[in-house]
Amino acid sequence: MPKTDSLQGSLDLLVLKILSRRPRLHGYAIMTAIKDWSGEVLRAEEGSLYPALHRMEEAGWIRAEWITKDSGRRARMYELTAAGKKQLSAEESRWQAVTSAVNRVLRTV
Amino acid sequence: MPEKKLDLLQGTLDLMVLQTLAAMGSLHGYGIARRIEQSSGDAVLLNQGTIYASLVRLQQRGWISAEWGTSDNNRKAKFYSITKRGRKQLAQEAAYWQRLSSVMGRVLAMQDEGGDR
Amino acid sequence: MSLWSRIVNVVRGDRLSREIDEELQSHIAEAIEQGREPAEVGAAFGSPLRRREQSRDIRLIPWLDSLRADAVFGWRQLAKKKVTSAAAILSLALAIGACTGAFRLIDALLLRPLPVANPERLYALAREAFYDGKMQSFDQWAYPSFQLMRAAVKDQAELIAVSYGDRTDLTYKADSEMEKAVVQYVSGWMFGTFGLRPALGRLLTENDDLKPHASPYAVLSYDYWNRRFGQDPKVIGRTFRMGDDLYEIVGVGPAPFTGTETGTVTDVFVPATMHPGAIHDDWTWHRTLAQLKPGVAVGPLRAKLDATSHAFEEERAKGFTGMSKEFIEAFLGQRLVLEPAAAGASNLQSEYHRSLIALGVLVALVLLIACANVANLMTAQAASRAREMALRVSIGAGRLRLVQLVLVESAILALLAGAMGGVFAWWSAPFVVGMINPPGNPVRLDLPADWRVLGFGLALTLIVMLLFGLTPALRASTVKPASALRGGEDPHTRRRTMHALIAAQVAFCFLILFVAGLFAATFERLSHRPTGFSPDRLLLLHTVAQREEAPVFWDQVAEHLRTVPGVATVALAGWPLLDGNAWNGFISVNGAPPGPDLAYFLAVSPGWVDTMKIPFIDGRDFRPGETAPGVAIVNETFAKEYFKGENPIGQSFAKTGELPCKVVGVVRDAPYRNVHEPILPSVYVPIRRIDAHGVVQPLSGATFIVRTSTANPMALASILRREVPRARPEFRVSNIRTQADLVRAQTVRERVLAMLALFFAAVALLLAAVGLYGVLDYSVLQRRREIGIRMAIGAQPGSIARLVTAEIFAMVLVGALAGVALGMASVRYIEALLYQVKAGEPAMLVLPSCTIVAAALLAALPAVFHAVRIDPVAMLRAE
Repeated sequence: MPKTDSLQGSLDLLVLKILSRRPRLHGYAIMTAIKDWSGEVLRAEEGSLYPALHRMEEAGWIRAEWITKDSGRRARMYELTAAGKKQLSAEESRWQAVTSAVNRVLRTV
Repeated sequence: MPEKKLDLLQGTLDLMVLQTLAAMGSLHGYGIARRIEQSSGDAVLLNQGTIYASLVRLQQRGWISAEWGTSDNNRKAKFYSITKRGRKQLAQEAAYWQRLSSVMGRVLAMQDEGGDR
Repeated sequence: MSLWSRIVNVVRGDRLSREIDEELQSHIAEAIEQGREPAEVGAAFGSPLRRREQSRDIRLIPWLDSLRADAVFGWRQLAKKKVTSAAAILSLALAIGACTGAFRLIDALLLRPLPVANPERLYALAREAFYDGKMQSFDQWAYPSFQLMRAAVKDQAELIAVSYGDRTDLTYKADSEMEKAVVQYVSGWMFGTFGLRPALGRLLTENDDLKPHASPYAVLSYDYWNRRFGQDPKVIGRTFRMGDDLYEIVGVGPAPFTGTETGTVTDVFVPATMHPGAIHDDWTWHRTLAQLKPGVAVGPLRAKLDATSHAFEEERAKGFTGMSKEFIEAFLGQRLVLEPAAAGASNLQSEYHRSLIALGVLVALVLLIACANVANLMTAQAASRAREMALRVSIGAGRLRLVQLVLVESAILALLAGAMGGVFAWWSAPFVVGMINPPGNPVRLDLPADWRVLGFGLALTLIVMLLFGLTPALRASTVKPASALRGGEDPHTRRRTMHALIAAQVAFCFLILFVAGLFAATFERLSHRPTGFSPDRLLLLHTVAQREEAPVFWDQVAEHLRTVPGVATVALAGWPLLDGNAWNGFISVNGAPPGPDLAYFLAVSPGWVDTMKIPFIDGRDFRPGETAPGVAIVNETFAKEYFKGENPIGQSFAKTGELPCKVVGVVRDAPYRNVHEPILPSVYVPIRRIDAHGVVQPLSGATFIVRTSTANPMALASILRREVPRARPEFRVSNIRTQADLVRAQTVRERVLAMLALFFAAVALLLAAVGLYGVLDYSVLQRRREIGIRMAIGAQPGSIARLVTAEIFAMVLVGALAGVALGMASVRYIEALLYQVKAGEPAMLVLPSCTIVAAALLAALPAVFHAVRIDPVAMLRAE
């Protein structure tokens, strides 16, 4: 089973959760956060992060803003929207349900 | 129990099929579906197409094998059983799943740490 | 909001790409800053281009974006060849505009339903009979006959009487303030049957129409109420005097209803029974409309009405004296027909029906020519488009995308042309209506520019776009990348299409020229038909008297008018020639039974023949004391028909039912009421009439015919209008026209038709010539290698010219022949519009042919010039 498969389902959830705890991150920081918080277990494939971010942006769950850093370079910062907060709790409960269902199957013999 | 039935990713379904076959021995497709639904406490939504897609995939990878037999109501049906390779794969995937779900659980339960890296 | 932002992103596509790139680059830069190896980052990230495209497709709507890209490409293609593109757009715009304008006219006059309930169940009654050698249609009815018919079909339909809208004098205050309004006598139940509601007051009802002359009530149309009274609510209860009657205004009709005569706006509606003709069996003065009840079949209804009408006429025929057997047979052989009248029933419609259809066809042909031009243009540009196509195919574009590319370019052309065409249509339709206006009775045709017309214009633009865009699109989408990138596919199939289109263009062009020539010749012959009198400097004063006045008083007024400076002669007549009025009867010569044909009578004063400047062939004018019946002046046609070549002077004849009269003079022929029909046998009788007891009959109305010495008769109009009441205060001029206007009005339709047809013929010729030039030029371009080689091995310029033009001229010939065939076939349909012009006349065929050949030669010159100027050395060296 390819790892990206199961992560793609939860990539949205991770990003929303991260942004709920640490608002205003740019793409690279989000990727780093995923890596850090999961103790290097989960790693988002770098290239496919941005299409996912833009998709969530179009869906209205996150919004983005360009800022200029001190170094003079521009960065696009993302933060959670109100709709995104609602989506986050929906995704969380869904994840819980899936996990408990799968775990139940795995435990039965 | 959630009100709505859940859709599953193909990878997760494959895992549950392997586990069911490993635990129950030989089953036909309908039986596998019923068993998964029961075991999950009727939380999972399975339609015919999804199950059979999964079975075809697992067959292609050599993790399950199939042979014709007769079902309880005397109908001809394909019965599936897990292979040795399948059992190895199941162990790997189950282990990965545990890791993934526990990590995800930790991340989801995480409190605000504050501060950029 | 997501959908909206995705649409907006299509428009800012380039900026979006840059923004995504910047974000991706910043990610990579951040990674490197964190100390990772660039190679590793690159590998982990994947192709930035692919990532950018992935994100881009998420953030905008991909198919909309592809449309935008195609539109930009198409626009650039068009801008590359500004002249050809502009020519294509202009010619299309003219054609689309003309078509939409023609539709606007046809729709307004013939198609648009009246604003009444269930117009699709409305019919007009008419009678067909075989008179004078051809089938004629009559739509005038007598009221008693109408009443019988109405009672007979009460359950199946409601019959409504509607008079012809006439400009009538009426006055709201004292007599001195006479004004004109269009008055219609209508059945009281008309408004109810049409489901109309009043804007003010009440409308006429059945109760207003029960007894003759019993209900002097009037309803104003909304338009008149707005125009004349400024929507004054106090108009209810006001009275006006019309003729001998005093009417009271009881209401105002709803806004969109202006009567059932399309092309005339009725101002005042009064009950039909108020008309003096309502009690007469033999006075036909109104149209009959029938509103069918739901589910009623037309056939059986028609039969029933026919039977009732027939019975009425048979009863009438019993009282006929002095009519020939043939006439009575034809009279009783009349057949009733029901014609759909959803768009109203009016003379304007019947007069212009065929002309508008013919014009519509011509305009459609011009449109086809323009489309053929643009199709050739698009085909010629296929080469420059092929590279782009090949590129797209090689990066995986499907066939649909390629077709879309060409269609978008066609759409841009079509939309630009459509927009310009819309402006032309908006202007042209009222312009044509303005040309039609007969003097004294202006056409008021509502020309709404609404959804129907807009929808037609858009649909036309779409069809046009598909017509000239689809074939090149489909052909271009089958391009093979390798050959296209190398420099072009086999041009043979392209040439065949272009040649076929040229042939079609020439055929249509010939047809248009041919038809335009026929119309022009018709107008020429009609307008130069000798009128038999001199129409210039003739002023017509339609005069009415408060009461009937004896002829001597009329003479006094005439005497007074003669003293006005600028007046040469004055005479009196019942009405002017070519007025449209007719007074006829059957003739019996020397006591013999009456002849089969009608003769037409006009009451005139002594000196009338001289004032009209009609030459005498024999005999003399009336003397001042002579009365009717007694003496008569006849025209040549009458003499030939009734006296068979003998000298009629001194002979007697009688109008059936009257005393005989003696012929004292024979004059040259002059048309009586219409220049389109052959000369009618005419009898001029003295306007001074005595009855059986020898008492001189008074007149209540007549027309003073004034010949002026000034070149412009209308200059004296206001002076003479003042002078008439000065002579005798009881007399009043109700209308002033010039005889020249009446003559001109007779040929209005032919003039308008000829002008428009010639205009479109010129446009068609120009378009075809431009198209021919384009195709020839392209052909030379395609074959420049071949031409270069031939010149290098010694070919003469003449043979080069032949080479280049041979195929094209073969197409022109084919097209011309096809055009001739089409022309011959089409003559049958426009025969009714022609006057003394035979389609087979050599001039009619030769002229268009020569014009087309000349135009083709002119168009070919530049291309031939290019061909012979090709430098073979430079050509071969460039390979």
